[in-house]
Amino acid sequence: METLEFRFNSKPVPRVADPALCGVVGSGNLEILVKPGIEPEACRVRIKTSARGFGETWRAVLDSFASSHPAGGTVIAINDMGATPAVVTLRLAQALAEYQGGAL
Amino acid sequence: MIASLAARHSWFEATARARVAGLLDPGSFSEILPPAESSPSPHLALLDLPGAFDDGVVVCYGQLEKKPIFAIAQEGQFMGGSVGEIHGAKIVGMLRRAVKEKPAAVLFLIDSGGVRLHEANAGLIAISEIMRAVLDVRAAGVPVIALVGGSCGAFGGMGIVAKLCSAILISEEGRLALSGPEVIETVAGVEEFDSKDRALVWRVTGGKHRYLMGDCAMLVDDDIAAFRSGAAEFLAGWSEPAPSVAHLRAGQQALENRLAAYASYRDGLQVWAALGIAEPESVPLLDRDALVALKEGLPT
Repeated sequence: METLEFRFNSKPVPRVADPALCGVVGSGNLEILVKPGIEPEACRVRIKTSARGFGETWRAVLDSFASSHPAGGTVIAINDMGATPAVVTLRLAQALAEYQGGAL
Repeated sequence: MIASLAARHSWFEATARARVAGLLDPGSFSEILPPAESSPSPHLALLDLPGAFDDGVVVCYGQLEKKPIFAIAQEGQFMGGSVGEIHGAKIVGMLRRAVKEKPAAVLFLIDSGGVRLHEANAGLIAISEIMRAVLDVRAAGVPVIALVGGSCGAFGGMGIVAKLCSAILISEEGRLALSGPEVIETVAGVEEFDSKDRALVWRVTGGKHRYLMGDCAMLVDDDIAAFRSGAAEFLAGWSEPAPSVAHLRAGQQALENRLAAYASYRDGLQVWAALGIAEPESVPLLDRDALVALKEGLPT
């Protein structure tokens, strides 16, 4: 297992609801928990992943996501069981939509 | 046919959270120890494995047709729904609370291969505590209904737990047994049981077989709405009987009769023929309603 931590600048999310969870820690899948953070212009991400050595891939996927979606003011915790970048991006969008109240 | 399939929300495919949300009255779901407030298994972290925030089980209260209900839902996709220390403690805590608060029922959405071997003794102790707690809830007059229809079925210790419940509702996709197919093949060899023969596995452990044998009270379609209406219908006609020695003796006698009648058979097909089914090979192809009609027509 590898633990990774990142911080990205991102526009604030327009609405803050309860903590949101999506996904399951199953093979090729991951779970994402979005909670409110203290920095409105930044998104902090902490990942625990079963696949070692993909830190730069995570950074690229998350950086792209944080620049294309408003995710500021959140702390995101991820438990990963080998999800591909496409699945990660999809789940992030899903989790952030849930965090804003449900609509994808 | 296609339209009716499109309207279904498969229980088998759904996550534990989707199952429990669809089972309870809309908006009544209230989770205890939600993911944001709980932490993953420390045992898995020691083994360098990622955990899940809820440790693979959702415990909650809510309503089923306006009656107060406790629900426990195992997530089969996370480590085979296996019971670790935190996972087990959440289940036991919910069952003990049911003894005190006496909801109309506890719905136990089982989807598990049994003990989480990574957590060894902690998992084994958790399973035994769950067994005791289920019996305590029933002794307090609260029915515990097992709902089995997930990809992991109910095996190992959770197979025993399922049979300790007041009743089991199962889908054709659901499975129920003690040792799982792979375990039997590993221990006794492929001649004893070929775990890769999926059709055989279902003929021996699957929902239709369990329903025909009388191990499960109800066979339902692989549909969240069917599990919901089945659970509501079952509870409406059920009151938890007081534990009695006579009842236990009758159960023991029934098991002995069953062993004497079927122990030499190798396949569900032989058992179904012995039950009096004229065309046992047609059973796997029957839909739920046809199979229920077949069972109701059998000699008792």
